[in-house]
Amino acid sequence: MAKTVDEIAEAMFGMVKDAQGLKKLKPMDLTKAMVELYGGEGVDKKFCKLAIKQLIDSGRCVYTYFGGSYIELPHSEGAAN
Amino acid sequence: MADNIPKTPKLDELEKGRWPSFVKEIKMAAQKSPMAVDLLGQLEQSYDEKIGYWKHGGIVGVMGYGGGVIGRYSNLPEKYPNISHFHTMRINQPAGWFYKTEALRKVCDIWEKHGSGLTNMHGSTGDIILLGTKTDELEPTFAELQKIDFDIGGSGSDLRTPSCCCGMARCEWACYDTMALTHDLTMHYQDELHRPAFPYKFKFKMSGCPNDCVASIARADMSVIGTWRDDIQVDPDAVREYADKGMNIESDVVDNCPAKCMSWDGKELHIDNSFCVRCMHCINVMPKALRPGKDRGATVLIGSKAPIIEGALLSSVFLPFVKVEPPYTEIKDLVDKIWDVWSEEGKNRERVGEFIQRVGLGNFLDAIELDPVPEMVAHPRENPYVFYEEYFEEDEGEEEEES
Ligand code: HEM
Ligand code: HEM
Ligand code: SF4
Ligand code: SF4
Repeated sequence: MAKTVDEIAEAMFGMVKDAQGLKKLKPMDLTKAMVELYGGEGVDKKFCKLAIKQLIDSGRCVYTYFGGSYIELPHSEGAAN
Repeated sequence: MADNIPKTPKLDELEKGRWPSFVKEIKMAAQKSPMAVDLLGQLEQSYDEKIGYWKHGGIVGVMGYGGGVIGRYSNLPEKYPNISHFHTMRINQPAGWFYKTEALRKVCDIWEKHGSGLTNMHGSTGDIILLGTKTDELEPTFAELQKIDFDIGGSGSDLRTPSCCCGMARCEWACYDTMALTHDLTMHYQDELHRPAFPYKFKFKMSGCPNDCVASIARADMSVIGTWRDDIQVDPDAVREYADKGMNIESDVVDNCPAKCMSWDGKELHIDNSFCVRCMHCINVMPKALRPGKDRGATVLIGSKAPIIEGALLSSVFLPFVKVEPPYTEIKDLVDKIWDVWSEEGKNRERVGEFIQRVGLGNFLDAIELDPVPEMVAHPRENPYVFYEEYFEEDEGEEEEES
């Protein structure tokens, strides 16, 4: 059955949530994982781009920068303290 | 407020001399801005102690964007509370940096209201750099900038704000419309600019001719440099005029031609254009007599960068000559293929030039489906990275027979 953007965004959110505090994930890490899992169901890089857009625009995840850019759950800035 | 301005004997040294001084500017801003006052204090302390007191942030930004805001915090927030946050905002400059003063005034008014009032026009990225604001002021600043049609630029692992020389707006050497291409790429790649999805940064810089005023060959992952493929236009009378007025054409022009493809017999200047490397030297020296040819376009080069993780690289030729006309399909096709391969295979923080060095130019060309051409060779007999398919096929066939 074909996946919706919402479903993929949800699956990505799950990955980010599970990884929070353990590993920082890049957008391409999420994309590769989703294409690996659901590539057979039509999920490609373009589709993942839409899912990431949804994830960020909904405010559930944010971009962060530590040398490179990552996607994480919103949290307060360590350096601000 | 002026009384609060701290004593800064070390910084004051930087006000001496006949050139612009950032210290003078910060002091001027300090008349109105408490952030500028504390900035002077912390900077002087850093100069005294030879210790930097800035901390890097990684989270601040505006909703939906992954780039354009660079988080900075003071490490001495008790002593300098007004700069406990001191974030930088990169604002996408108009192509070629043309503004009405009206637009600049509006930007400055917004920044005096929401930030330190200090700007850097322009950063080496090309952007308008707004220096110093608090986390809470980011969204309001962004909202006000949007109302006057300014957008945030790039930072992090995204497409950085495309940037160009003033090109056809002011320069007679421009071989294509750098400002039009820059604006088009900026609009076409909005997602890539605001939503970091690359292994690392990617920069476009557009120069209208080989003088390369934005130094794209040294600092852009994709350098688009104007050139021509027919003959240099020569006005023989104007050449003689230069000679009559005392120019030593032999030593100042002919002898400095890197291709040694010019000669001057005292009356006629002869150029063997088939050897000319389009360096611009002769044209720069005799602008009234010589100009680029009429069949103009650009050379597209890939891979330069300044040293950060690895050493510096210059860009290498990928497309020796393209006509640069809307909708720029040839250039965009190349960009899309490069991003596709590099995004998927590039290591974290690996620039595309480093990626190419790691996988080999031959393999990279294969992946982006571009045929090797002689112009890609930096020096004859020095780049043995092109292997002909037929040799491979023979070898592979033999191996199969053995196994
Ligand atoms: C009078 C005798 C010789 C002359 C005039 C001569 C001339 C040249 C020239 C013009 C080149 C080309 C340089 C280039 O690629 O730009 C060259 C390269 C070369 N020669 Fe000779 N050569 C002579 C003797 C020899 C001998 C005796 C050997 C070896 C036993 C030799 C080995 C080579 C090699 C290996 C190269 C390639 C170098 C490279 O590609 O960097 N040559 N030679
Ligand atoms: C196992 C033995 C050899 C190996 C692995 C070898 C390898 C190479 C390589 C890699 C090049 C450079 C090709 C290029 O950059 O385009 C070269 C060029 C050359 N080699 Fe050899 N070579 C060997 C033996 C020899 C011998 C025995 C001679 C002469 C008696 C020789 C003479 C030359 C010359 C003259 C060139 C320059 C050709 C040119 O640039 O046009 N090589 N060789
Ligand atoms: S790069 Fe060439 S076209 Fe652009 S401003 Fe410089 S001289 Fe003029
Ligand atoms: S542009 Fe440069 S290489 Fe070409 S003729 Fe003039 S000086 Fe020589």
